[in-house]
Amino acid sequence: MARSPFTSTLDRRAFLASTAALGAGLLLPAGLPGARAQEATPRKGGVLKLGIGGGSTSDTLDPRKLTDWVPVNQAFMLMNGLVEIDKDNKAVPELLERWEAKPGATEWVFDLRQGVTFHDGKSLTVEDVIYSINLHRGDTSSAARAVAAGIADVKKLSDRQIAITLKDGNADLPYVLSDYHFLVVPDGFTDWTKPVGTGPFVFETYDPGVRSRFKRNESYWKPNCANVDAVEVIVINDISARTNAMMSGQVHAINRVDFKTVDLLKRNPRLQVVQSAGGQHFTFLMDCTQKPFTDNNIRLALKYGIDRQQLLQTALRGYGRIGNDHPIPSTDPFFAKDLAQRAYDPDKAKYHLKQAGLDSLPVTLSASDAAFAGAVDAAAVYRTAAAGAGIDLSIKREPADGYWDNVWMKAPFCMSYWGGRPTADQMLSIAYQSSSSQNDTHWKNEEFDKLLVEARAMLDQTKRGEIYAHLQELISNDGGAVIPMFGDYLDAVSTKVKGVTPHPMFNFMGARLAEKVWLDA
Amino acid sequence: MTQLILKRLGLGLVTLWLVSVLIFAGTQLLPGDIASTILGQNATPESLARLRTELGLDAPAVVRYLQWLKGFATGDLGQSLASGQPVSALLWPRFWATMALAAYAAAIGVPLAVGLGILTAVRRGSLFDRAANVLALTAVSLPEYFLGLLLILVFSVQTNWLPSLADTYPGMGFSAWIEATTLPMLTLLLVTVAQMMRMTRTAVLAVMDRAYIETAFLKGLQTRRVVLCHATPNAAAPIANVVAFNVAYLITGVVLVEAVFNYNGLGRFLVDAVSKRDFPLVQAAAMVFAAVYVLLNMVADIAAIALNPRLRHPR
Repeated sequence: MARSPFTSTLDRRAFLASTAALGAGLLLPAGLPGARAQEATPRKGGVLKLGIGGGSTSDTLDPRKLTDWVPVNQAFMLMNGLVEIDKDNKAVPELLERWEAKPGATEWVFDLRQGVTFHDGKSLTVEDVIYSINLHRGDTSSAARAVAAGIADVKKLSDRQIAITLKDGNADLPYVLSDYHFLVVPDGFTDWTKPVGTGPFVFETYDPGVRSRFKRNESYWKPNCANVDAVEVIVINDISARTNAMMSGQVHAINRVDFKTVDLLKRNPRLQVVQSAGGQHFTFLMDCTQKPFTDNNIRLALKYGIDRQQLLQTALRGYGRIGNDHPIPSTDPFFAKDLAQRAYDPDKAKYHLKQAGLDSLPVTLSASDAAFAGAVDAAAVYRTAAAGAGIDLSIKREPADGYWDNVWMKAPFCMSYWGGRPTADQMLSIAYQSSSSQNDTHWKNEEFDKLLVEARAMLDQTKRGEIYAHLQELISNDGGAVIPMFGDYLDAVSTKVKGVTPHPMFNFMGARLAEKVWLDA
Repeated sequence: MTQLILKRLGLGLVTLWLVSVLIFAGTQLLPGDIASTILGQNATPESLARLRTELGLDAPAVVRYLQWLKGFATGDLGQSLASGQPVSALLWPRFWATMALAAYAAAIGVPLAVGLGILTAVRRGSLFDRAANVLALTAVSLPEYFLGLLLILVFSVQTNWLPSLADTYPGMGFSAWIEATTLPMLTLLLVTVAQMMRMTRTAVLAVMDRAYIETAFLKGLQTRRVVLCHATPNAAAPIANVVAFNVAYLITGVVLVEAVFNYNGLGRFLVDAVSKRDFPLVQAAAMVFAAVYVLLNMVADIAAIALNPRLRHPR
């Protein structure tokens, strides 16, 4: 009995052609008794203790090198981004207060929030923002280099405004700027061991990969935020150690709860499980340039030969949604809701094998839990279902260490995952555009490439939606990825912690949990 | 004696150098490098190339090794590739944390094990002897990981007597530290006491069967006096040896225990460093582990010689 409480009906509000809402909003029903956005005023005080997995001794708070969950959460405690994604997946102002695009969406003007100060007392200026964006542009080793690649120019218009010019139109620019690498530091700042930001908490102690303690920034600008006196982050990478710490009440919250143990955790009355539906999805990747996957009939046979419902129940214990072989989640306003859901159909799979001139098909799947926890078990479930469709799937277990260097994008048929992206365009561009260095199915479709660029610059959301629906259909019917399921982000939070909501981007309320919650007396 | 110690030190240094070569070769053989782990799924060929240049990874492996060796020989452990922090600032606190946990376990474990070993030897065949041996064998045959989780289940999840998280930080009081580290200490204790106890028992028994012990009994001496003054000193060498080995294990074999209790020791440090391919950290941590091992082995050998008159005065 682990059905997601979410229905998939979306609140499709009319698109508001206002400046601050370029993505149509949708509401995630809060499937959490006691964790709805309370009307109550936050209480000040207390020390929040977080047990977070995904940190290491090598961690740095340099925004260019943020890759793991612990430093990302810590960075958001010390610094602010340019644009925030709220719990309804909408781009809302953070340090950039308003924005406007000229038709064609290549020329943008952003207004800077006024009256914000850094922890060292310096006022936030346009120069700081420009410097912080430029950290990821040009000759840089930034992990966000690809995200910032579309920016042709950033310049100061006045003390309150900057202009950003893009190489090609992109109606989603505010969403692009919400990327967690775009954090703001003072102009010319380079001391990444002790970042100075405008964030809700001030640096106190920091021991990378172990623990950190940051205290409240008394002059924080965001209303009703920075409620606790201090935040302690304890790095706990081992999932069982993290779960035990939560069960014995040593921390107030843990991220990335194991799908396997979430139902056990739920029995504990002192905590709540926060379940966020988002864009995280799990994939079986076929390399469209390697035999036999060059033939779309083979690709379709493998898509019909998987039992999605069974996989969702076994691998994710039901904490997710069924996928339709394309990467756009049902929480996205551009989700192709009219596209028929593909189901397990051994006869159709056999038909496609016949079309490809085969009676049966032997394939080897490279699997590893590096792709996601429980991936190897998921592969075994797939094998059973595929056998009924005349597909003889043998599983090649790969070591988790080095999986991304040796197997991903190299093996003809392997497992992987994608974390969600704030917009359909970003997700489609990074994984399916033929020119992308992370096009991990090596799929090349000219029609797709052309329409993708067209839709990117469209400010007319209705027309844009039609194109995206078509693109999802293209991937689903022709692409190289079998996408059986989307997995929810799961966190466990003590009932003492108030103000927690599900969030479509990542665990821990989009990694901004620390500034938003408060502790019950 | 001095000559012997010097010779052993020289051998120890050669061993360390060999270890450093092996570790370096190992890190070169591992798939991927620090650039691909830092950039993760965001890696593009351009940013990878750029980062490798920034970190000096484009130099040939031999050159990088020699640079590291030069630094190490002059006491400079270098910087973490990922964060640019000096390795020594990251490493030594973690080393002392591991040492503190090992010392806590050894302070209780060594006297306990030797005492139990002598007692079981004296009461050979008694119910006490048999019970102690069964318990010891049970503790030894359970993997530390499982033992640790069992202790957590009983002492923290079900009864809430002790924390499951060995959360230690600078400036915590001694009693708080003891409370935080008791469960991991118990796990280490269970694993090491058994072996030391059984070795002690065997060593004492081997001596107890000798003629001069029989003579001592026939003289009418009390059992306690015979065991403590006649038997144990002659069994001291093998006991010292097994104690040294187990103390070395307490320091170098704690990786799993540190993972279960999330203790911030050198074991977790090494795991982190390897998974990130942060070579200077891997190398430094491995050198420290190797040095501890070499030193304690040397201590065991020297103790064996010092406690054995026949080796002390070779004819």
